[in-house]
Amino acid sequence: MIPWIGQPLPRFEDPPLLTGEGRFVADLTGDASFLRFVRSPVAHGRIVSIEAHEGITAFTGADLREVRPIRPLLHRPDFHPIEQPVLASGKVRFVGEAVAVVVAGTPEEAEDAAEQVFVDIEPEDRVISAPDALRPGAPAVHDHLEGNVVVDARFETERVDEVFAGAAAVVEFDLRSRRQNALPLEARGSVASYDPRSGRTTLTASVQSPHVVRTVLADLLGMPESDLRVVVPDVGGAFGQKFCLAPEDVVTAWVARRLRTTVSWVEDRRENLMSSFHSRDHHYRVRGAFDADARLLAVDADLLCNIGAYSCYPVTCGVEPLMALAEFPGPYDFGAYRVRSRGVTTNTCPMAPYRGVSRPVITLAMERLMDLAAVRFGIEPAEIRRRNLVSEFPYTSATGLVYDEGSYVESLDRAVEVIGLEDFRERQLSARSEGRYLGVGFSVFSERTGYGTSAFAARSMDVTPGYETVDLAMDPSGNVEARLGASPHGQGLETTLAQLIGDELGVAPARVRIVHGDTDRTPYGWGTFASRSLVIAGGAARLASGRLAAKLAGIAAAELEAAPEDIVIRAGRATVAGTDAGIEVAELARLAYHSSHRLAAGMDPGLTATATYDPDGTFSNACHAAMVEVDPETGGVRVDRFVVVEDAGRLINPMIVDGQLHGGVTQGIAGALYEEIRYDEEGNILTTSLMDFLPPTLAEVPTFEVHHLETISEATITGAKGLGEGGTIGAPAAVINAVADALRPFGVEITEMPATPSRLRRLVSESERIPA
Amino acid sequence: MAPGYYTPALMKPAPFDYHQARSVSEAVAHLGEYGYEAKVLAGGQSLVPAMNFRLARPAVLVDINPLDELDYLDEDGDTLRIGAMVRHVTFEQPVTKGPTGRLLAMAAHHVGHLPIRIRGTFGGSLAHADPAAEWCVIALLLDAELSTRSLSGGRDIPAAGFFQTVFTTALEPEELLVEARLPKLSQHTRVGFQQFSRRAGDFALTMAAVALESDDGRVGNARIALGGVSDRPLRAPEAEQALEGQVATEESFRAAAEIAALEIDAIGDIHGSADYRRDLVRALTRRALEQAIAA
Repeated sequence: MIPWIGQPLPRFEDPPLLTGEGRFVADLTGDASFLRFVRSPVAHGRIVSIEAHEGITAFTGADLREVRPIRPLLHRPDFHPIEQPVLASGKVRFVGEAVAVVVAGTPEEAEDAAEQVFVDIEPEDRVISAPDALRPGAPAVHDHLEGNVVVDARFETERVDEVFAGAAAVVEFDLRSRRQNALPLEARGSVASYDPRSGRTTLTASVQSPHVVRTVLADLLGMPESDLRVVVPDVGGAFGQKFCLAPEDVVTAWVARRLRTTVSWVEDRRENLMSSFHSRDHHYRVRGAFDADARLLAVDADLLCNIGAYSCYPVTCGVEPLMALAEFPGPYDFGAYRVRSRGVTTNTCPMAPYRGVSRPVITLAMERLMDLAAVRFGIEPAEIRRRNLVSEFPYTSATGLVYDEGSYVESLDRAVEVIGLEDFRERQLSARSEGRYLGVGFSVFSERTGYGTSAFAARSMDVTPGYETVDLAMDPSGNVEARLGASPHGQGLETTLAQLIGDELGVAPARVRIVHGDTDRTPYGWGTFASRSLVIAGGAARLASGRLAAKLAGIAAAELEAAPEDIVIRAGRATVAGTDAGIEVAELARLAYHSSHRLAAGMDPGLTATATYDPDGTFSNACHAAMVEVDPETGGVRVDRFVVVEDAGRLINPMIVDGQLHGGVTQGIAGALYEEIRYDEEGNILTTSLMDFLPPTLAEVPTFEVHHLETISEATITGAKGLGEGGTIGAPAAVINAVADALRPFGVEITEMPATPSRLRRLVSESERIPA
Repeated sequence: MAPGYYTPALMKPAPFDYHQARSVSEAVAHLGEYGYEAKVLAGGQSLVPAMNFRLARPAVLVDINPLDELDYLDEDGDTLRIGAMVRHVTFEQPVTKGPTGRLLAMAAHHVGHLPIRIRGTFGGSLAHADPAAEWCVIALLLDAELSTRSLSGGRDIPAAGFFQTVFTTALEPEELLVEARLPKLSQHTRVGFQQFSRRAGDFALTMAAVALESDDGRVGNARIALGGVSDRPLRAPEAEQALEGQVATEESFRAAAEIAALEIDAIGDIHGSADYRRDLVRALTRRALEQAIAA
């Protein structure tokens, strides 16, 4: 199957995972002792005392005084850093914050022992919601931080007020997105092992960026990085929750070094829901100005993100508000934009990026704006989008982002065609006469992916991610090993990179081994997050294979007495173009190592190549269309049909792309209708089991219909664009718009997600009380 | 290791002692000995998760799974006798001819997911008394009688007096629930069962079970039981009364559902307010009545 690129090759990752041969952190504890964290039952308070029952090995913040606090930084005047001790010291700031850790022989004994640690906390006034945290006189979550505002970013183009004043229509609305947990199937965890012989400590952890974890561990523990090794085994889902530093991992490494032994921490589901990172607790106020032809002229947005008690490392709690600020305009062409975006600290679990970060919410905001305006102008939602979508490239957004070639209008048109919009409108009308409420919703969006150092530098990050390096080697037997700084954990990169490399080197993908997730074996890199790995690590793999292929061609040229530029490497063979003369690639590999005296003068023995790739980024795009039925009496929503028209550039492996979309859309439906972390007024978390935090099951999601467009831009060297987050970004807006469309006869406005049955029912019942 | 006594292994729950009962009298003896400290382990589908969260921390578990003597279904004239250890899945196909078996089957399909139905028991569900449990609602609807055993003998408790509040019944700590007796509905009774839950298999936010006769187009012997709305399953006596003798029409059903929604004492939680529960009662009661009459 040549080329390998574009083939739906079954994933190399799957056989071990499907046959129980996967190895996750909890499979690798060996003879470790176990840690259990003692967590604060109080949202905000001063620690008076912590006492462990006799015979229990416990450590507190006082024992870890030498460990530096986590202090994520942005270098910008509108950002105020806050610190997090890895174990609470002096104060607690959210329910579930770790205040002590116990060590025992088994997880069960550790859990029993943790109950024998008595924590006396003097409660203080707490603040739970972002609007409350902004009120004058609100309790300060961090003493030095007045007003609880950690980041307060503003951006304004010229003429915003003028455009609003002259607009034919102004559409204005509030939007609230409730807090979610990324809910990886495998919760967090690590095993730390101190080796007295070498003095090194190995942290085997369920994380997304082993090199960054090693750096920050060394920084916080005050030790050389070379004394640390971070290994990432199989990871059972991460979705961003395992990208930012878990304070518990630092404690685990510290205890292993302190006790000169092996210790393990494996989080349970309740801890994960309570104490791992949350996301997307936002309040927006949005205004849009339109001309008489329903063209969007200006947007004015006030965005408030509840970032929880602490800031996440390395991206900081600026990640949600600053992404929302920069990417709010989405796929729509308008010039005047004013935005204020704030990150506000509260006595709740900290936030970290979760698949899509702010974009599921900002996409919902822009797509609601479009639908509300469509109703105002009396035109189809599809039509108002057509009039406003970006269609000429490269396009520079109001905030200066440059969009490479995409298919925004085309994806919408295809979705309209696939769902049969006209027929649907007829069915919708006749259903209404039977008391049934059907709705269709669209969501068109741009997905900024594969962005490198330049994009992160624009956020003024102290730790600026971006590039990826691939070390490539062909061994004497002709097999290939590629070592990555990226850290795939379910994205199928072991397969897709092998396809890319295989085409370049003329070897079958099965002969390409991808090595990742081990700081001792891989070049420094940033890991896998932000829909970047196929674009960036893939680009580096492509460049490195190109270099290696050039060397192979050089060796072949010498052997075949031809010019290197005439050598074609394909299907395991290097041939002279237009002739039968050729030599097996495997033979060239053997020669490069074992007969290096035959290499051309100046050519080094062996076959290795290294390349780094650091692109500015590329925008993939998609249109999602959801069809729903809403039961106005119960508020229940059933998603009947879900169509995705996706354009992620060149598809390396279409099957993997579809899988990404199926999972992503499911998480988007979760955000739209089901999942919600709730706190009470005291700051107690109410959703600590899967009976209360509700991921949808197979019964709640429809069969997905995925269609592909392939717009190839120059923005990436492989032609591939990222798409890991797109499903989650687009689905909430499509579903919410569909629900709003279904309920339009009731004249209700949906201002909140998830649109739970009780919320929808309340809207309907309020409208029923108003005589028509 | 003494027979019937199992050395506690390491596990997620707080430490507890475990006794496997080999007979009802042995189970009752354990309960007599440990009283409040003991919990009966039947299917364990609610108890074990609660223990894993350490919300339930019984010092002693008395496992009655080996008690085949409690795994029976008997028809005794007009009464269906259900042993406490009959698993939920048993009821997916009608266990008795006529409306009683049909109603039990309708409800059975809403009990959790298949693995839960295979393990969980009829008696365990009643004794656990989750206000949103299907069997509690059915027991109340059918005016079931519940039999207990204890060292001092045993007693029969009508369902109406059995469910007291959330997870709390008339059972004394030393009593074991051994049997539920369901008076069978007359052959011409029509039944309906409706529930609304967030996801397939979740506990219902609200459910409505109804039974009525309407031989001559007029409603007789109407019964309405509701679950998930309050701290215990409830009957809706005013709505039942209002239906009596009415012509079975959409309007009379609508009116009765409205009465049910107003007469019940609804409770809110994070999944829905009391008002929302009332809205669900209104919709589901009407639908259950319509379902009954349409069948």
